[in-house]
Amino acid sequence: MPKLQELTARETIQKIQGNEATAEECVHAVFETIHRLEDKINAYVTLTEEEALKKAKQIDRKLSEGKPVGKLAGVAVAVKDAICTQGIATTCSSRMLKNFVPPYDATVIERIKREDGVIIGKTNMDEFAMGSSTETSHFGPTRNPWDMSRVPGGSSGGSAACIVTDEAVLALGTDTGGSIRCPASYCSVVGLKPTYGLVSRYGLIAYANSLEQIGPMAKDVYDCALFLTVIAGHDPKDGTSVKAVPKDYTELLKNSVEGFRIGVPREFFGEGTSDAVEKQVWKGIHKLEELGATYEETSLPTLEHSLAAYYIVAMSEASSNLARYDGLRYGYRVEKDDGDWATVYSRNRRIGFGTEVRRRIILGTYALSAGYYSKYYLKALKVRTLIRNNFEEAFKKFDVLVGPTMPFPPFKIGEKIEDPLALYMSDVDTVAANLAGLPAISVPCGFTDGLPVGMQIMAPPLREELTLQAAYTFEQNTSYRNRKPAVK
Amino acid sequence: MKRKHLSKKEVEHIAWLAHIELSDKEKTLFTEQFNEILDYFKKIDEVDTEGVEPTYHVLDLKNVSRKDKTEPSLPTEEALRNAPKKEKKFIKAPRIV
Repeated sequence: MPKLQELTARETIQKIQGNEATAEECVHAVFETIHRLEDKINAYVTLTEEEALKKAKQIDRKLSEGKPVGKLAGVAVAVKDAICTQGIATTCSSRMLKNFVPPYDATVIERIKREDGVIIGKTNMDEFAMGSSTETSHFGPTRNPWDMSRVPGGSSGGSAACIVTDEAVLALGTDTGGSIRCPASYCSVVGLKPTYGLVSRYGLIAYANSLEQIGPMAKDVYDCALFLTVIAGHDPKDGTSVKAVPKDYTELLKNSVEGFRIGVPREFFGEGTSDAVEKQVWKGIHKLEELGATYEETSLPTLEHSLAAYYIVAMSEASSNLARYDGLRYGYRVEKDDGDWATVYSRNRRIGFGTEVRRRIILGTYALSAGYYSKYYLKALKVRTLIRNNFEEAFKKFDVLVGPTMPFPPFKIGEKIEDPLALYMSDVDTVAANLAGLPAISVPCGFTDGLPVGMQIMAPPLREELTLQAAYTFEQNTSYRNRKPAVK
Repeated sequence: MKRKHLSKKEVEHIAWLAHIELSDKEKTLFTEQFNEILDYFKKIDEVDTEGVEPTYHVLDLKNVSRKDKTEPSLPTEEALRNAPKKEKKFIKAPRIV
């Protein structure tokens, strides 16, 4: 019989409501796992054990009194440290925000609490979500549970690592250019980047606000659909929130891809894609075909330019968004600050920000500066229009587009960190979905030399259910999700 | 040889605009890395964008506003809690003039 911490969210809920275990026991089992493994994995920045167990007891009391409970009653939820939690430190894995305690909850946190989800801690990430390896964290890298010498992917590396090791049941990630899907792929969990505007960004610490979304990360596709159902929905506090008809994504899950038209853009298998990844993803596509879908190779030529366009837009927005960190109202402030304001700000930002954050702010400032604005920023936004149009055309012909999530398997810690451009290249297959605002999921699709490979499935805007259905059907008819890393 | 987009002097100037102090070693390293990255960014020059409108945002939303109605907001003490330096009900700023 599986141990309590090994259960999915759905199984946990069934156990608790069937009186086979209490919420307290379930949450406690997850914390025991955390205490056993955290020294090795480093998935968390902050743990909230006391509050979590208190909350679990409250849920048990509600149940014993026959009162109604929420959709996530008793499920241990980890939250990426870029999302504000009232009274719980929210650091963005940066020295800048090391002591920042938000006075309010992000909307997604309110929604989780409303459904009786139990917040168990804040997960490690690349500083300000800038990275693809969780190595730029001020609190040290998270390790890949499949091979401790390798990166878990990023920037939501802690959120992916804690799920696959049973250090959490569900986790929130954020995805600006692949930050949910990349670690989902590298750790062998399910991660979905929703359509831009489907999930409220109120309370998410901004990096590149026209690109990023909060999304669910989970042990399986059903849990991912359940978690999305809880966090999605219009929010008047977010001016870019979409007024879409609410859906119960779990009800839309079908174990069938009969009649699905799959497009396979050859640009997703471009230069730099490893043979092993290519082979494994194609195996996945053929599996979907065997299950009733049809596929066709296609081309979206603008994808070739998505990486450059993405980095220009992301850095430009970052330089503006991170201008707020002056060390006055919150954030790091140098002790000796008797100089003029500009010197004090510059020093606060030098010490408060790590190298990659400084690199992106400065380069973004350049891309937005007089004389270069049209050459870089405006040009990138025009390319973005062409990328969107390209997708729109493709979705007239296909229900979903499929390819690898990551071009190569997880790399060694330290291997790419000194070479920023090489690290940026790892985002080549994920950034297009952010530029176009599309939903995209990463689902485990096998292993190469013991390291996970993820398959990416994209759909038209607000058609999350298509990505979930294809991923669910694939998962139900393969056994990859049963494989767990051997961390003891 | 690759064309140089940015000199060390220019990097120093942009860093100043962004209010980020850099050490001399960092200036040298960043100059080198920025030139490499900007070289890669040149890739988008290949794309013909004549007559194409920019996409600032994927949603067709414009001017989302709310009613101008007062709602409860953070008490002063709460709002000041994260400020590293404060005095009475104020945030203490460095010298401006």
